[in-house]
Amino acid sequence: MPKMNLSHFEAALLFAFFTSVVLGVITKRSDRERVRYAVYCFVCFLAAIFGLSWLMYLGHG
Amino acid sequence: MAEKSKSESEAMPPLSKWVPAVLVAWLIPGGGHFLLKRPGRGAVLGASVACMFVLGLMMRGALFQPQGGDILTMVIYVGGFIANLMNGLLYILTVGLGYSQPDMPGHVHDYGAKFLVAAGLLNILAMVDAFEIATGKKD
Repeated sequence: MPKMNLSHFEAALLFAFFTSVVLGVITKRSDRERVRYAVYCFVCFLAAIFGLSWLMYLGHG
Repeated sequence: MAEKSKSESEAMPPLSKWVPAVLVAWLIPGGGHFLLKRPGRGAVLGASVACMFVLGLMMRGALFQPQGGDILTMVIYVGGFIANLMNGLLYILTVGLGYSQPDMPGHVHDYGAKFLVAAGLLNILAMVDAFEIATGKKD
């Protein structure tokens, strides 16, 4: 199996994508709601990634 | 008495109704949904869990083994092992085919281990969803 080298950001994006898809599929009833919720979760993950990254950057000095 | 037995039966549906779906959902991610005739959702769930697991392997993530010691070590390693185990056949095949990546420093390996655990946790969510569909709590 080939070895994969990803940056922190790429790995976090993939994690966010698959987790959002599963959360969307299992929590909502209609397809439209599922897509909307998955997108919402993905955006929340992105906000957390950027927010926490800046927090760590600024906190590190 | 009759009320009591009625409430008990409402609290716990018969095993034959949900055990096959949950078992298949554990062994084959998304399989429980296929068994319950929800192929679209099953395919999406299965693909997501399998992709995450394979990405974890490609990043050479370590699989957890239960360890004793202090409480934090035990929670992390036993919890990680259970989460890995929840990948079903993916985990069984991976271990059976001899994958034994040691825990190494580096963010890629670290993410790999987290992907393997997260895939198992997502499969638990899929199993719960299959359970709810099988018992009629959800359509």
